[in-house]
Amino acid sequence: MSAGGGRTVRPVAVASFAQSQNVRRDDEHNEVEMLMPVVAEVFGNIGITKDDVDFICSGSTDYLIGGPFSFVTALDAVGVWPPRAESHVEMDGAWALYEAWVLLQEGEIDAALVYAFGRSSPGNLNEILSLQLDPYYLAPLWPDPVSLAALQARALIDAGKGSEADFAAIASRSRRDAMSNPKAQVAKDIPPATLLEEDYVVAPLRRHALPPITDGAAAIVLAAGDKAGLWSKSPVWITGLDHRMETHSLGARDLTSSPSTTRAAEVAGVADGPVDVAEIHAPFAHQEIIVKQALGLDDTVTVNPSGGPLAANPLMSAGLIRIGEAAASISSGRAKRAVAHATSGPCLQQNLVCVLEGE
Amino acid sequence: MAERCAVVGVGQTHHKAKREDVSIAGLVREAAKMALADADLTWTDIDAVVIGKAPDMFEGNMMPELYLAPALGAVGKPMFRVHTAGSVGGSTALVAAHLISSGIHRRVLTVAYEKQSDSDAMWALSVPQPFAAPLLAGAGGYFAPHIRAYMRRSGAPEYIGRMVAVKDRLNALRNPYAHLHLADIDMKMVEDSMMLWDPLRYLEACPSSDGAAAMVLSSEDAVSGHYPPAWVHGTAMRSEPTMFAGRDQVNPRAGRDCSADVYGQAGITNPREQIDVAEVYVPFSWYEPMWLENLGFCDLGDGWKLTEAGATAFDGDIPWNTSGGVLSSNPIGASGMLRFLEVAMQVRGQAGEHQIDGAKVALGQAYGGGSQFFSMWVVGSEKP
Amino acid sequence: MTDETVTEPLGPVTTLATPIRLDFEFTPGVAQSRFLRGLEQGKFMGQRCPKCGKVYVPSRGSCPTDGVPTTEDVELANVGTVTTYCVVNVPFAGQSIEIPYICAQVLLDGANLSFMGLIQEIPTDEIRMGMRVEAVWVEREELKPSLASVRYFRPSGEPDADYETFKEYL
Repeated sequence: MSAGGGRTVRPVAVASFAQSQNVRRDDEHNEVEMLMPVVAEVFGNIGITKDDVDFICSGSTDYLIGGPFSFVTALDAVGVWPPRAESHVEMDGAWALYEAWVLLQEGEIDAALVYAFGRSSPGNLNEILSLQLDPYYLAPLWPDPVSLAALQARALIDAGKGSEADFAAIASRSRRDAMSNPKAQVAKDIPPATLLEEDYVVAPLRRHALPPITDGAAAIVLAAGDKAGLWSKSPVWITGLDHRMETHSLGARDLTSSPSTTRAAEVAGVADGPVDVAEIHAPFAHQEIIVKQALGLDDTVTVNPSGGPLAANPLMSAGLIRIGEAAASISSGRAKRAVAHATSGPCLQQNLVCVLEGE
Repeated sequence: MAERCAVVGVGQTHHKAKREDVSIAGLVREAAKMALADADLTWTDIDAVVIGKAPDMFEGNMMPELYLAPALGAVGKPMFRVHTAGSVGGSTALVAAHLISSGIHRRVLTVAYEKQSDSDAMWALSVPQPFAAPLLAGAGGYFAPHIRAYMRRSGAPEYIGRMVAVKDRLNALRNPYAHLHLADIDMKMVEDSMMLWDPLRYLEACPSSDGAAAMVLSSEDAVSGHYPPAWVHGTAMRSEPTMFAGRDQVNPRAGRDCSADVYGQAGITNPREQIDVAEVYVPFSWYEPMWLENLGFCDLGDGWKLTEAGATAFDGDIPWNTSGGVLSSNPIGASGMLRFLEVAMQVRGQAGEHQIDGAKVALGQAYGGGSQFFSMWVVGSEKP
Repeated sequence: MTDETVTEPLGPVTTLATPIRLDFEFTPGVAQSRFLRGLEQGKFMGQRCPKCGKVYVPSRGSCPTDGVPTTEDVELANVGTVTTYCVVNVPFAGQSIEIPYICAQVLLDGANLSFMGLIQEIPTDEIRMGMRVEAVWVEREELKPSLASVRYFRPSGEPDADYETFKEYL
């Protein structure tokens, strides 16, 4: 096959998806206890056990809990005995899913468990996330992610690509849609006009344009070959998957566009057919405008029917959840073809695009 | 059907206690540029970048791939970050290999590093946790009791550890990139060094290094480079829980299962006979005899006898860690990749002073966590 | 001073100190809370896996091999066996114990997993595998839901345990 491709050669199905209740602070359970019911559910949904998967891959980051190797103890939620083929990425779980998908493409294995967990409540996220920046020139200044996102939002307004009213409309719609998502953290019906009366957190961003701080976990089972058909009557197939990186310096980027999303969408084949639903990992309201445009989606597409990251933003699993929710929109009959997006880094630096289709 | 995958370029930094002459970006770039030059390629020839390192807290940068993307030519490309504890350098190479063997990419740059001098790794490993006693004192404090268990089980004489410490440092004298070059190393020097975690002495433990390793992996139709390719004959990973009732920490099952898997793929039924040279993750001297048994080079309890007989020495029948190994250079995140890289150099015939003549089949192994994460590959000079 | 000295290059900047301080609030979870509440009462509380029957102390809430919640509480003895050990002779930041000290794996009677403990009241060269030890707790009124409630372990005076009885815990 051609190089640089993210089109599926071997069909891989999202066979099962589960997520925890998304909450502001889970001070009752440790990471293992948070993850265990999610893993049990993702297997239970399709009546399988850990013995039925050939590979396990997870996504998490140590900095959220302030200790090294947080992924190591999390393995106890699965029970990797006898020993398993297992890997971990210090990235959102969407990239853990990518690693599992790559292995499934080779045809040596038929099923994989992917999970992600993140507890955002133990520390100060604004301080923690500033450590993602250039350690010599940026991180010592402790620029917080909300201020960086506000720079981006300002650039978007100045470029005439969006307005504060647009941001409020996105936030209003997201949290209203979240009312039908029992796992959502922030679900309420407040009209955009009311939201626009809020004070700025960092202008031009008002509180409604910011994601909630969320503790949560999620898991997906991927299946190929006979197992895909065995575990699901109507499998949801991944037909394209790719991810791309942009440069780090915000000053070197056009913050009002997302060329990495556009490139990933081309490779994944978003434009090869009509898109009914898009689950977009845009933690800040204005970023939905940027990603939607970069994906080439028009207003006929339903965006974030789950409520999206404005309704629940568990770091490290929010991207994986987009893939799970997009698959769920196909399983439920709402969509025939859906796109899921995940992001990492300040102001959408790195982006992943996944195209899903029903039978 | 999996595509063939080959190593066509390798690069590494000069490993040192402090690389104050370069930033983190400069460090990884040094290794990456060398790998590209060896592969006779440029940045634009690369389809994707896979990077790995040990805990982010070692340098204080969260998800440093974001900051390192432009330095590694990853802008506009897929860039992937792996973290599987000490085995990460190995598992990073394996993710890169799968991007080739799955047919998704033709040329992948894979990089691993640690700049330990930027922070205090000992501190990062011993961050006070409210529910644990503050006893650990770094990795040595964790592994020393298991070494004692091995000594008790096998009846190995206490000088075996010192023999490994001397052998690997002598090998390091042949490797210009090694951190430690101890020209006067001998048994007495090891014995006279400070007892850190009894039974482990200072010179039986790995140093703390700054360094990076890089490889260019290629599909069969894109093979390039100044040396013949090293073909990947098998890859495997295994994990088991850190602690459970009846866990064998001296001879972990995950390691045994992992080697059985990779040997099966590479057609190896007798590792001592069929493997010409091996680079195995030995951060503390005693892990050589322990892994000799775990990797099936001998029967249980006999690992130390191979070490004692000189089988693993440079002129032995199964030379282990001819580069000097982790005992001579330990840029943690890169240490596993260096094992994988060194065996590729051996079968490509580019290992210089530490080249084993006629090496055709070689094993690279890395482990991490509490001896619970394993990654391995077998490479060969012939196509699989 | 001449102009030449002013324009002289100052050489590379090789080090830049950027202190990072982050504070975190830990969540012990349901299972560890039961262990910590036990410590507050001066006893070791373990938990049994409903599937394999093994007793873990402290439990993190799951059986590491079966991946199921450990729900049944089991009170363990105050005495146990040193399965293996090392003598720490290396200073490190944050260390609160005078070196050299013995860091041992202690298998409490009734448990199926050893945990790391400090051994005191014995010269470091007299410690051995199989030695029987007992926990020394802080004064009753100083007990807290913390491992700081256990001051250390010391020899119990019982005869050493036979190697065969603990070798599978090495």
